Amino acid sequence: MIDIWKEFPGIIANAGITLQVKEGEIHAILGENGAGKSTLMSILFGLYHADRGTIKVRGKEVHIKSPNDAFDLGIGMVHQHFQLVHNFTVAENIIMGKEGGFVYDIKKASKKIKEISERYGLSIEPDMVIEDITVGMQQRVEILKMLYRDADILIFDEPTAVLTPQEIDELMQIMKNLAAEGKSIILITHKLDEIKAVADRCTIIRRGKLIGVVDVAKASVEDMAAAMVGRPVSFKVEKAPCRIGRPILEIENLSVMNSKKVLGVKNFSLTVNGGEIVGLAGVDGNGQTELVEAITGLRKVDSGTIKFNGRDITNLSIAERNAMGLGHIPEDRQKRGLILSAPLSSNMVIKEFRHRPFSNHGILDYPAIREYSEEIIEKFDVRSGEGVDSLAGKLSGGNQQKAIIGREITSDPDLLIAVQPTRGLDVGAIEYIHKQLVEERDKGKAVLLVSFELDEIFNLSDRIAVISSGKLIDIVDTASTDEHSVGLMMAGIRKGESDE
Amino acid sequence: MNKKKVINKPLEARKASPLVVSLSAVFLGIVAGCVFILCIGKNPFAGFERILFGALSNTRRIGNTLGMSTQLILIGLSVAFAFKTGLFNIGAPGQMLIGGITGSILAYYLPMDMPRIIYLPLIVIASMLTGALWGFLSGFLKAKFNVHEVVSTIMLNWIAYWIVYDFIPRFIIDPTISVKSKPIETVHTLRADWLTSLTSFSTMNYGFFIAIVMCVVVWFILQKTTLGFNLKAVGSNRFCAEYAGIKVNRSIMISMAIAGALASLGGLTYYCGYSNIMEMGKMPSEGFDGIAVALLGNCSPVGIFFSAIFFGILKMGRGSLAATGIPTEIADTIIATIIYFTATNVILASFWNGLFKSSFSRKEEAVAAALKARGDDRGVDKLSKEEFKQLAKEGKALVAGKKEGR
Repeated sequence: MIDIWKEFPGIIANAGITLQVKEGEIHAILGENGAGKSTLMSILFGLYHADRGTIKVRGKEVHIKSPNDAFDLGIGMVHQHFQLVHNFTVAENIIMGKEGGFVYDIKKASKKIKEISERYGLSIEPDMVIEDITVGMQQRVEILKMLYRDADILIFDEPTAVLTPQEIDELMQIMKNLAAEGKSIILITHKLDEIKAVADRCTIIRRGKLIGVVDVAKASVEDMAAAMVGRPVSFKVEKAPCRIGRPILEIENLSVMNSKKVLGVKNFSLTVNGGEIVGLAGVDGNGQTELVEAITGLRKVDSGTIKFNGRDITNLSIAERNAMGLGHIPEDRQKRGLILSAPLSSNMVIKEFRHRPFSNHGILDYPAIREYSEEIIEKFDVRSGEGVDSLAGKLSGGNQQKAIIGREITSDPDLLIAVQPTRGLDVGAIEYIHKQLVEERDKGKAVLLVSFELDEIFNLSDRIAVISSGKLIDIVDTASTDEHSVGLMMAGIRKGESDE
Repeated sequence: MNKKKVINKPLEARKASPLVVSLSAVFLGIVAGCVFILCIGKNPFAGFERILFGALSNTRRIGNTLGMSTQLILIGLSVAFAFKTGLFNIGAPGQMLIGGITGSILAYYLPMDMPRIIYLPLIVIASMLTGALWGFLSGFLKAKFNVHEVVSTIMLNWIAYWIVYDFIPRFIIDPTISVKSKPIETVHTLRADWLTSLTSFSTMNYGFFIAIVMCVVVWFILQKTTLGFNLKAVGSNRFCAEYAGIKVNRSIMISMAIAGALASLGGLTYYCGYSNIMEMGKMPSEGFDGIAVALLGNCSPVGIFFSAIFFGILKMGRGSLAATGIPTEIADTIIATIIYFTATNVILASFWNGLFKSSFSRKEEAVAAALKARGDDRGVDKLSKEEFKQLAKEGKALVAGKKEGR
């Protein structure tokens, strides 16, 4: 891809980016969110068209108008969200859209799938049903799908976001196998240690511009991070030893139904004290959402109790819990956290607009709301075009998240539940948000951090609780454990059990 | 006083306002009407002249137009209120019938010598209450059983229809014409002698003033109260509202009840003001026109007021079209076309935005040229609005000169 330009209304997503990937190479693309990685790949995959620039595959200039053109050129993409039919078998999923005729020969296809699987060490059986296999295996099915279609260039879009540490190791091995067989791999990520582990070369982009191509073996992680962000970054969060206070949140034998009407949280007990950050580690979809919704009142409890500041809140309304001092940074900031079509000022008082000083006998006091919101956006450095009058939807993801965090922290909660507080944010914003959470802890507040990123959990937490299939596996002190053993627990294996 | 902070707003192209979009929909609708009239070989200007003549040529006609607009304003408000809170109230016809039958029965049975100062508020409040109940039913069904309000309001329309069908012969039948209710005595309608004589016996009545008051009330509720904040939050993002501790189900019921009350009031002004009888087996089409009024008025009370009057003019003026040999259906076609264009407001908005943007980038080019000519090395984004305007003028000449020289 040579000198690719792409402009969206108001933003130049790609300003003259050149990307060269050699045969048999693992090439990483590193950049913050919004740097233009996805746009570049979407152009390569035929989802967008470049305003300028040329694409050459194997030395020949090509015009990729649709994903089908990309397939024909041997370009395959493993998306972040898998595109599989859950009640179909592996083989059926793989040949879907590729049957090539009215009647298809599933036996022949199965044989080919098996061959590919063995050749690259994917260990996938063609007759397994998708809904019965793990997320890591589903991802391998996606890879198989590309290989079945004879793809030579494979694009991986943030492939490790949904995997446990062990699964990540397996994936890295598979990538190396593929590269050894002469496939070219493009790995899109913002995780530096993964690049360090597998990639040969790395193209760094920042704000749509090409910063440089580095030889991964020769560059240090710090250098790459600095090149990505444009300034030196510290990875470790500075924090003083924690001073544990009284219990703030006490969960006892809690069971909660999930939306499929089966128990999503099973007999779960956990206490979070003032002055500490408890990290809830687990792979996405293991009951974290249900647990948080039960604590905040968004979901009904099946059995068990939740106590907050010593008071039983199991059956209180959401508003009552909020009024008692429960702060919640929701997982989906655009769905739950903000009203995107409303100005920031309204969003800042969404929980408290009924109380003085924001309203009086049911009449809103706009100057008071404005003043309060301006204080928040100033203190938390929320950047927007028109200050508190900007619509929440016009803000960047990082600024939206800062606004939510500002709102929650300013209301001075005793317990702050932060779910994936840094998802999709750039390194600078992550640094800032982590600092805020640690500050809350140091003020003596209780913080429950739910995250799918082990780095984040280890960086911030004083204690780590591990959840798997809705059950609490164990609670451990961060100082006395490591990523490997937490990773095992995330897969449901309790300490000591693995040896037997 | 709170300190007013100056926020440095970046200079950027203008965005199409809702007013521009609505006016372009009206314009396109009228153009389409002209094309239709041309197609049947008549003069479009004569046609529109007739419509305006029929609606506005004397005080009586103006009064009739305002009388027709009255219910359109109220129904428009009802639909818009529900829209703002994320609900689609397609049940206005039923709510109108309920308001109408409540008013008509009270008008029939309440004593004639009752002072109007007591009588009028009584029927207004009674019909608002029954209408609120009617709207509340849909809200309740949605909140408790997740029945979509479009389904329930349409069904409730027909329930109202058959209730009226039953109640007219049961309570208020006109013995001489057995498909209509007995005409209400004028003192028991919303008409006022002074209004009637001022507008030479038009249908204009107190309802028009009620409608204006309701515009203000709706604006006040939506803009100034915690109730309005609450309802709008649910309408824009119910997940966020729920997260913030707002009772979503309760809000849905309140919102539908208020929408029902407004439409029911429209029904009262229609059957006990604009007209003084109710017919059996007739669904009032004004209930559906209210959707168009709300859309064209961008769901804002002021917008609804003007769009209702505009539709009132078309509806009242169409009768005079016949004199020119143009079928009256043309007026309905224009209304329908305007609805169509309003519904595609996204396309209209992006058309204007594109236009504004290209003119802005031409200006930017001119400013850049002017800056260069002056030897000023500031970027375009560093200029104030006034400087930008000034430089755009200067640069325009430069750019034009360059093109000629080429």
